[in-house]
Amino acid sequence: MKTEIRLAGTGGQGVILASVILAEAAGVHEGRHVVQTQSYGPEARGGASRADVIISDEPILYPKSRRLDVLVCLSQQAADKYFDDLKVHGTAIIDGFYVRECPREGATCLSMAETARTELGRELFTNIVMLGALARITGVVKLESLEKSVANRVPVKALDLNKRALALGWELGARPRDRGTKG
Amino acid sequence: MNQRPRGPVLTGAHYLDGDHACAEGAIAAGCRFIAGYPITPSTEVAERLAERFPRIGGTFIQMEDELASIAAVLGAAWGGARAMTVTSGPGFSLMMENIGLGVMTETPCVVVNVQRGGPSTGLPTLTGQQDMMQARWGSHGDYEIIALSPSSPQECFDLTVTCFNLSEKYRVPVMFMMDECVGHMTEKVVIPEADTIDVWPRRWYRGPRDKYLPYAPDKDGVPPMIRAGDDHRVHITGLTHDARGYPIINAECQQICVSRLTDKIRDNADDLVMVKEEQLRGADVVVVAYGISARVATKAITDARKKGIKVGFLRLITVWPFPEKKIRDLAGKVGCLVMPEINLGQMYREVERAAAGKCRTMLVPHCGGWVHDPEDILKAIIEGAK
Repeated sequence: MKTEIRLAGTGGQGVILASVILAEAAGVHEGRHVVQTQSYGPEARGGASRADVIISDEPILYPKSRRLDVLVCLSQQAADKYFDDLKVHGTAIIDGFYVRECPREGATCLSMAETARTELGRELFTNIVMLGALARITGVVKLESLEKSVANRVPVKALDLNKRALALGWELGARPRDRGTKG
Repeated sequence: MNQRPRGPVLTGAHYLDGDHACAEGAIAAGCRFIAGYPITPSTEVAERLAERFPRIGGTFIQMEDELASIAAVLGAAWGGARAMTVTSGPGFSLMMENIGLGVMTETPCVVVNVQRGGPSTGLPTLTGQQDMMQARWGSHGDYEIIALSPSSPQECFDLTVTCFNLSEKYRVPVMFMMDECVGHMTEKVVIPEADTIDVWPRRWYRGPRDKYLPYAPDKDGVPPMIRAGDDHRVHITGLTHDARGYPIINAECQQICVSRLTDKIRDNADDLVMVKEEQLRGADVVVVAYGISARVATKAITDARKKGIKVGFLRLITVWPFPEKKIRDLAGKVGCLVMPEINLGQMYREVERAAAGKCRTMLVPHCGGWVHDPEDILKAIIEGAK
């Protein structure tokens, strides 16, 4: 089985870090074959940014994602650009604050950025909230594996907040606010 | 990463991108000096070493530009250090003059080029393989260098160690031709225990002090080295020089000096050429590729085999000196050589030259910014099999 996942948003939202955490969780802690690749603009912040993770039981030959099983969008630009790459029955997760118009019906709309802002005080944690929600909705990786790789990849002093972010995302994934109403 | 290695060398299985794997490979190879100037997509190599070096007694200097960076690396190498610099296309261009000085003075060092799309500033954050000829011919004069190209983060680690070993053995700048895709791709990298990693020492001069000649070669054409300032008489110059290192400006000395610089690489090409061969026997078509293009080609090759096409695979790990014997041998046996590369035909010219009309050759070009679609390579394989 092979799952192609794309995390897309704006530079500075942390989608690339999130993708590395996801890759490490599936690869190191669950022993799957994993490749993570990325694409971003020359801007440090504000440009389009995306990262792809392929998780497979077989060795991965072609390292780039082509037909997505899972797409997470943290910006309108990302949604506009990448829904065409999502398989017909693929899973789409969009952020309710940043994605105002979803190009396809059936996407799961979650208030990830808002949760980070209100519950943790900073939108900075949106990417980790996203990982928790992604794990709950897709089952592609275990929550414990994510916890371990988050512990290895975030600054030690921010570990508790990141752990909470992951748990909040996991909760959020269980109760999508409005499924598929933003057509 | 919050995991810290016990000794200087990171060991075990890790998820690393190619840039970080290269940095860890440098540490494992004993590199303790890096001078560089940050440039996307190579910055992560320097960034990781800037963080790691202070804990293990290494020196990281961010210089004012790339010209100074390579100059500092040459100086550090003569001071006894294993030294490296890291850059991408525009910085690589700026380093060319002093890379020539490194060749002429036979200074062991490693130059990492994480290639991006060019010319000029081109595509800072997107991939390319467009500096392959520049690596070979970018500095003026007749010379030979060694260049390797990795296809995975694992090879970014392994081959960085090999680059240092070869630079010490042959006393020549070694180019490590990575690219943005492999540099920014995260995958499992397995690093063995530090004492099992094969690290070749510098060729130190061990003879009597008064007999030392800086450019008197050993049997394999490579002279042993001393540490500058270590109580030996030494003269190092970019001018054509004799065994003492003194400038001799005439055709006879030029003949001896320059021939030896090129012959020490050319005569040892068999030792230097590393390739990976797969199902070449009885193949109708052979895909020849290096770096990330080789990784991408594996998908097309697998698909072609499913269609019943007899396709072999020759992956070039050493790109310079060019594995021309391998290509010459293959050209007499197969119908077509197919080469995908992320440029408009650079190493392909070498393939064409070595094949010398004995078989068809087909380029699958790509201007850069992305890797090939496997379908484009598959199409060429199918065409080549006709």
